[in-house]
Amino acid sequence: MCEANRKDIIIMCRCEDITADEVRAYIEQGVTDLEQLKRLLRVGMGPCQGRTCTPLIVNELARATGQPVKEIPLTVFRQPITPVKLGVLAGGTDHE
Amino acid sequence: MNRTADYVIIGGGVIGCSIAYNLAKKGTKNIVLIEKKYLTSGATGRCGAGIRMQFGTETNCLLAKNSIEMFEHLEEELAYQGSIEFKQGGYLLLAYTEKMVEQFHKNLGVQHKLGIPSRWVTPEEAKEIVPHLNTQGLLGATFCGKDGHCNPFKTTDAYAKAAQRLGVEIITYAEVIRLLANDGKITGVETSRGVIETPAVILCAGSYSRDLAATIGIELPLTPERHQILVTEPVEMMQGPMVMSFYHGLYCQQVPHGSFVMGLGDPNEPKEYNQNGSWQFLHEMAAKVTFILPPLANLRVIRQWAGLYDLTPDRQQILGSVPGIEGFHLAAGFSGHGFMIAPMTGKLMAEHILGEQTSLPISMFDFTRFARGELYVEPSVV
Repeated sequence: MCEANRKDIIIMCRCEDITADEVRAYIEQGVTDLEQLKRLLRVGMGPCQGRTCTPLIVNELARATGQPVKEIPLTVFRQPITPVKLGVLAGGTDHE
Repeated sequence: MNRTADYVIIGGGVIGCSIAYNLAKKGTKNIVLIEKKYLTSGATGRCGAGIRMQFGTETNCLLAKNSIEMFEHLEEELAYQGSIEFKQGGYLLLAYTEKMVEQFHKNLGVQHKLGIPSRWVTPEEAKEIVPHLNTQGLLGATFCGKDGHCNPFKTTDAYAKAAQRLGVEIITYAEVIRLLANDGKITGVETSRGVIETPAVILCAGSYSRDLAATIGIELPLTPERHQILVTEPVEMMQGPMVMSFYHGLYCQQVPHGSFVMGLGDPNEPKEYNQNGSWQFLHEMAAKVTFILPPLANLRVIRQWAGLYDLTPDRQQILGSVPGIEGFHLAAGFSGHGFMIAPMTGKLMAEHILGEQTSLPISMFDFTRFARGELYVEPSVV
């Protein structure tokens, strides 16, 4: 979580408010699998579904593991692509 | 990777990790846990994250009650550096038919004998517990305040880390291809990264346990069945308990993070290894949940996913060993309620594997019950 007036804090996942330091701490512990980082830290679980944080974290993982960025496996992008209200979805069944 | 181990646990879900921890805690050495992808990649990480004592059979009530008592102290027990997000907001089980009312009263009788603090509530009392509940058509409900939620990823991580500290080796991204047996004895497992020779295998690979058991000619009556879930954006806390309706096949809970997690069982679901979400689910889930809990219509769905129940014919887990094959132990077929009974299951399986007297009887969960036709049906599952 972010303290006020701290300019050295880098937010990596802005939906879930996860900092670069938190991500790096997990990577240092040996969690170098994006799937695991997502489940333990909630990175990419917010409304943007990782559109912002995934490329940033993949860079961190590439740096930490020495692998090229293109070889870092991504997590599954799940539907809906953009958040939709339950009320809207509930109204959808009769409009076939 | 050719090597040996005293025990090989197949499956890195909460059950496998709990068994690994409990075996190691008893001083057992040289345990290897193999997971084909990452920890919680199967049913554990896809489950609805609810935990409850309100079951219909005495043994499930006991397994669940003991497990919840263990969840209460799990962070300390496992010395976890973090939170397993345990929440006891209760479970409110809704009754819409006379038959359900009758069954729920029967269940309460079983639960009260075992000291489970569940109770019958009228529709008015149910509305006091969940103020935004639509009581239309509702005949009553049962409520147990000790039930609630726990984070499956964190819980599994806690068990895995504690097991590793006790010497358990966890190998991820290694798939067991087949079991090896000779002369009525387990001799090892063949994995995508080589053979591990071992006299004991503990199979807890969810639905995939069926395929692995088949490699040594054992037919497990397990069928995979897809169940779907969605999660909403987080909002301020507004709903304490899990609301569950067997009539609608639905459950819905606000987790400590603030988001609502909800799922639906579809009786017409084909029995196959399909883990993809469908748009039909979104519509059906939305229609049903906004009827029971109308204000949720304003919440946005962020994500949906699916996972597999490993269903047995009586919707009860298979715990124990396979007769005729020495060293072959099973903990599978949890039929959708494995996560919530994982703490006690791990303890019981460790006791059973080491030949000790188990803290609770597990013989009714034996694999041979299907051949004998002695099904042991749990009435209260979605």
